[in-house]
Amino acid sequence: MASLRHERRISASANVVWDVVRRPESIPQWFPGIESCTVDGNRRVITTSIGLEMPEEILTIDNLLRRFAYRVTAPMYRFHLGVIDVIALGTNDSLCVYSTTAEPDLLALLIDGGTVGALDEIQRIAEASTKE
Amino acid sequence: MGRKILFITTDQQRYDTLGANGGTLARTPVLDGLAAQGIRYERCQPTSVVCMPSRASMLTGQYPSTHGAWMNGVPLAVDAPSVAENLHDAGYATALIGKAHFEPFMDPFGRFAENSLANLGIPTIEQDWFDGRRGVHRGFDYLEFATHGVMGPLHYAKWMARYHPEAMGGFYQVVDHDLNVSAVGGGDTGAPQVKMNDVPREWYHTDWVAERTIDWLAGQGDDQDWFCWMSFPDPHHPWDPPRTEVGRIPWRDVALPVNYPERASERESLLDAKARHWRAWYDGRLVSNYEAPAKWVPATLTSDQVREVNALNAVEVELIDEAIGRVLHAIAARGWGDDVDVIFTTDHGELQGDFGLLFKGPYHVDGLMRLPLIWRPAPSTKPLPSVVRAPVSLVSLAATFLAVAGKPAPAWVEGPSLPINDDDALVRSFDATVTEWDSALFGVDVHVRSVVTTGHLYTEYRPGTMHDGSEGELYDLSDDPLQRINRFDDPAYANVRATLAERLQSHEDRPGERAVPGTLMAPV
Repeated sequence: MASLRHERRISASANVVWDVVRRPESIPQWFPGIESCTVDGNRRVITTSIGLEMPEEILTIDNLLRRFAYRVTAPMYRFHLGVIDVIALGTNDSLCVYSTTAEPDLLALLIDGGTVGALDEIQRIAEASTKE
Repeated sequence: MGRKILFITTDQQRYDTLGANGGTLARTPVLDGLAAQGIRYERCQPTSVVCMPSRASMLTGQYPSTHGAWMNGVPLAVDAPSVAENLHDAGYATALIGKAHFEPFMDPFGRFAENSLANLGIPTIEQDWFDGRRGVHRGFDYLEFATHGVMGPLHYAKWMARYHPEAMGGFYQVVDHDLNVSAVGGGDTGAPQVKMNDVPREWYHTDWVAERTIDWLAGQGDDQDWFCWMSFPDPHHPWDPPRTEVGRIPWRDVALPVNYPERASERESLLDAKARHWRAWYDGRLVSNYEAPAKWVPATLTSDQVREVNALNAVEVELIDEAIGRVLHAIAARGWGDDVDVIFTTDHGELQGDFGLLFKGPYHVDGLMRLPLIWRPAPSTKPLPSVVRAPVSLVSLAATFLAVAGKPAPAWVEGPSLPINDDDALVRSFDATVTEWDSALFGVDVHVRSVVTTGHLYTEYRPGTMHDGSEGELYDLSDDPLQRINRFDDPAYANVRATLAERLQSHEDRPGERAVPGTLMAPV
């Protein structure tokens, strides 16, 4: 089991950052390489830019904690848990933490590599929204 | 019209695999001929002993600690310096055909250009350049990619899937279900990453790379200057050359490598004299990096497996030599023969049985660090054949290409152009080269710096999971060319060690702007 994490300090309020990520159907807007998704209840299927489809289960959307948790349910994953936490640090200052835990280990690394770009986009969208 | 440049690389090829370098297993008449006409380098080092950082150094002329792609899986920034951009600006047509690997192969989100071009069906893509302009991807106006097998989104894999799907199952499955480098054995001996491959030779990636190169060259105008990087994926594992070619070198007739002690006790004694991670890997107690099968224990390697791997490796080297011969023939047929500089090298070596080990990792000895390098300058320049014994580095390639093109090296290049003989090397102070290693994978980090001079190979292990900063290795190349006697703690070598430690420190302290180290995005 591998557990990996990236975090990003963002010059936007936690509510603004949370607004970027909290809707399951918004993921193509902020996760580079995810072209589209379908959401049906707590089931989401993402499609990557190379045509790979990955089914997921949404586990938690906690507006109080600002925590979004999901798991990839594709058979190649024996286990997966992805968690996005948005933590308020100040009025226009927050920390976004994207954690990936998975088995096999190397699949964690593949998702984790993508989360770096996701944090870039989350930051860009949230900070642009704050400036508007 | 200027000098054209054919830059040929292989992947994971040892110095001693070429006849010109004393190799006796593979027949390499084409490369031996180039060496005889040009400059053969006896001690060329990589900046890193894994693919991505080393290849990025060829392109940027920078060390990994400068260009930022510090390990496999860490992409070279798309706007990193690229010698191909300078050559493109100089009017050269620029192509890279075969294995690039500046960006991770494992890319489920399709974020990297190398993995998307074949799907897009376009020869290149416009992206940011180092100098702030936008232009063709890393300066190449034509890109066509291949790697070690037939899986994935690259051009060769798609070509095989489209035209020869029936032959795809012949290739070794490089990774297992967990995406680890597979430990599954094959061949006659059960050696890891070995398989008898029924693919016809003309469909194998070595010939594909040569044919695609010939095709690209055919599209160039007679007076067009060009820089063509022809990059063969072999002889990197898996060792699965076409079965029809395997009989060239019967493995049972292959002598064991001089640095493979047959007795386990002798191997273990040699490993115990080195830093602790050597023995830990051998015993199966350490996986520090992705580049060797995680589930394979080197201590299980048998003499016959070493023989079979070396035989298949040599077959792959012969196929490359013959493919290069066909490309050179096509160049001569165009009437370009006198105006083409040919530079041949590889990105790093292969342990290939040395000390009882296979594959690669943070093990800075000649098996991984001493590389074949041949520069046959354009015959029209009337080059004097020479052998350079001074240490040189792949970091010098970018400046060398620009020198051939008659262009000055830009400020970001860290390596001077290659010397043309030992006198030139002496005048320009080619007396030491540095190789770096930094890895961090699932809680295990290893950091290594080595310096090689004509007389010594010195390695420091920086603090990490396996090392506390006090370990090192020092080999006297004059009386210990196989690097078996570690003199790091030998009082008689205290002065040598101090001098070489200063050389490494001066490397760390070198001036110049460094890129922010990249982020590990994938295993490879």
